[in-house]
Amino acid sequence: MNARLLPLAGFVLVLALLGFGIQWSRTHDPREVPSPLIDKPAPQFALPLLKEPEKKLGSADLAGQPYLLNVFASWCFACRDEHPILMREGKRLGVKLVGFNYKDEPADAKRWLAQFGDPYDVIIADLPGDVAIDFGVTGAPETFLVDADGVIRYKYISPITPEVIATELLPRIARLKQGVQ
Amino acid sequence: MNRFADAASQLPSSRRRPGPSAFWHAKALGPGLRRDDEKCGFTAILGIVFALAMMFSSPTYAIDPLPFKDRTEELRFQALTRQLRCLVCQNESLADSSAPLAADLRRDVFEQMQAGKSDDEIKAWLTARYSDFVLYDPPLHAGTWLLWFGPPLVLLVGAAAVFVIVRRRARLAPAAPRAAVRPAADVEDDW
Repeated sequence: MNARLLPLAGFVLVLALLGFGIQWSRTHDPREVPSPLIDKPAPQFALPLLKEPEKKLGSADLAGQPYLLNVFASWCFACRDEHPILMREGKRLGVKLVGFNYKDEPADAKRWLAQFGDPYDVIIADLPGDVAIDFGVTGAPETFLVDADGVIRYKYISPITPEVIATELLPRIARLKQGVQ
Repeated sequence: MNRFADAASQLPSSRRRPGPSAFWHAKALGPGLRRDDEKCGFTAILGIVFALAMMFSSPTYAIDPLPFKDRTEELRFQALTRQLRCLVCQNESLADSSAPLAADLRRDVFEQMQAGKSDDEIKAWLTARYSDFVLYDPPLHAGTWLLWFGPPLVLLVGAAAVFVIVRRRARLAPAAPRAAVRPAADVEDDW
């Protein structure tokens, strides 16, 4: 091998590294906080229902069937982008859609839902934001897929799009349902 | 509902904070900031006093005052929260950020300190929820191996390359006595 080509080879190597870095930052959001809770049991919680605050819904009540936990709030602008998609596709997901109202005044949340519609099967309200911290929530919207055993299988940060539903959520939900039967 | 048991009694009644919605709903800035002519002189003095107060205070002290036992505890809290990253404004530490989530996490860190947890235990509690991302100083494990040893590795490879090249040039140089064989002008052309 010609030793004169060695510097060129080194240059190409550095160039390839740069290219890889650019490609990586295009497909990965460096601001996205990776969740260490994937494939771990979801935290235990019991939170009041948004519409009937005297009643509580807990992780124990949700056990036995997979569900999708969607973190939303009336103060969250991105949730407005996500909302029509949940309204349209929510019922077609094939799992229970649990709304997680995050650090929101109940009155604001109810007004927001009255204005834009309510895609959720049930809504729990976390005004202090403690359970959200146990879930590793960094903001809204965020979505968790929890299986029948209460294990978090998937987390999506930022508004859900039809593509995410088609490529990420539906295949995972189908797999979970197969596992149950 | 308190997750850190014995710390409960020492907390102020701020557990039910209004959250970010209160921020969005604060449309009007209130009568205090309206420009009434007769109030202008007073407002100016107030402004100067405020500016002076800002000059002599550290921004970290301005965020939600917590009932510390003593100065040592406060310093420990400051040092710990400065090593932690705010998950919302990721270029800010937990100590500096005014994001609602950062305030909640500061409160949790404080409660755990009150409950007698060590710094490492508090960090472990946070990383269990938010991964190593919350730590400004990434711990050494299989996933961060390249991060820690990558730069020295590149340096070593570079040093090895230089060493090999220098050795080869030395070997290729004429075995005859080198002194003053070449004219001085040529020496500079080498590099």
